[in-house]
Amino acid sequence: MNVRVQQQDFDISAEIAAMRSGNPKIGAIASFVGVVRDINEGDAVSTMTLEHYPGMTEKSIAGIIDQARGRWEVLDALVIHRVGTLRPTDQIVLVIVASTHRGDAFAACEFIMDYLKTQAPFWKKEITPQGGRWVDARVTDDKAAERWKT
Amino acid sequence: MITLLYFARLREALGTGQEQLALPAGVTTLTALRAHLALRGGVWAKEMAAERNLRAAVNQTVAAADAPVTDGDEVAFFPPVTGG
Repeated sequence: MNVRVQQQDFDISAEIAAMRSGNPKIGAIASFVGVVRDINEGDAVSTMTLEHYPGMTEKSIAGIIDQARGRWEVLDALVIHRVGTLRPTDQIVLVIVASTHRGDAFAACEFIMDYLKTQAPFWKKEITPQGGRWVDARVTDDKAAERWKT
Repeated sequence: MITLLYFARLREALGTGQEQLALPAGVTTLTALRAHLALRGGVWAKEMAAERNLRAAVNQTVAAADAPVTDGDEVAFFPPVTGG
């Protein structure tokens, strides 16, 4: 289990290869990559800056991974979240979950991402032609996280 | 003393990201702390007003509005999160 908050980009192939190597119990790996879009709320986005709460962010994500381990068979998990200034097409976040079978890998990966979006302390600020603006939290993200409680 | 942290839009509005505060007598919960900060007036009154949708953490763990605050704590206020 591994959490990294960093400015640098990441390489999903290298991360999956590292997770696979030496663990013959793994039968399924699910992954998610979040990417910066060029349009948000109808406005062109030139750059996006991600702020976080050092210390709490890492603990929060580790706690989310622990919750996933309590619900599904998770052999290994990795979350990398970038901070600093990013541009459209840049990668923002990577989640990789390894399990014996695909069902647990898919579910745990989606759960981690839904909880990360609503609980981990990150904040996005977009630069658009109208200037800088902090991105508002979305009700749809809260609903996505809520459905895991049933 | 407690350490107070402010993030994102709130940090910009208040013009500060961190401060040390001697916890006043009688301020024992997050709700009371927020009301105490609002007494500074101006942007503080506006941003710390009870109706503003702020989240809080005590010692890097998300905390409810009525969570206790004690000397030595690290308390953070911030807007709803928008990562991912």
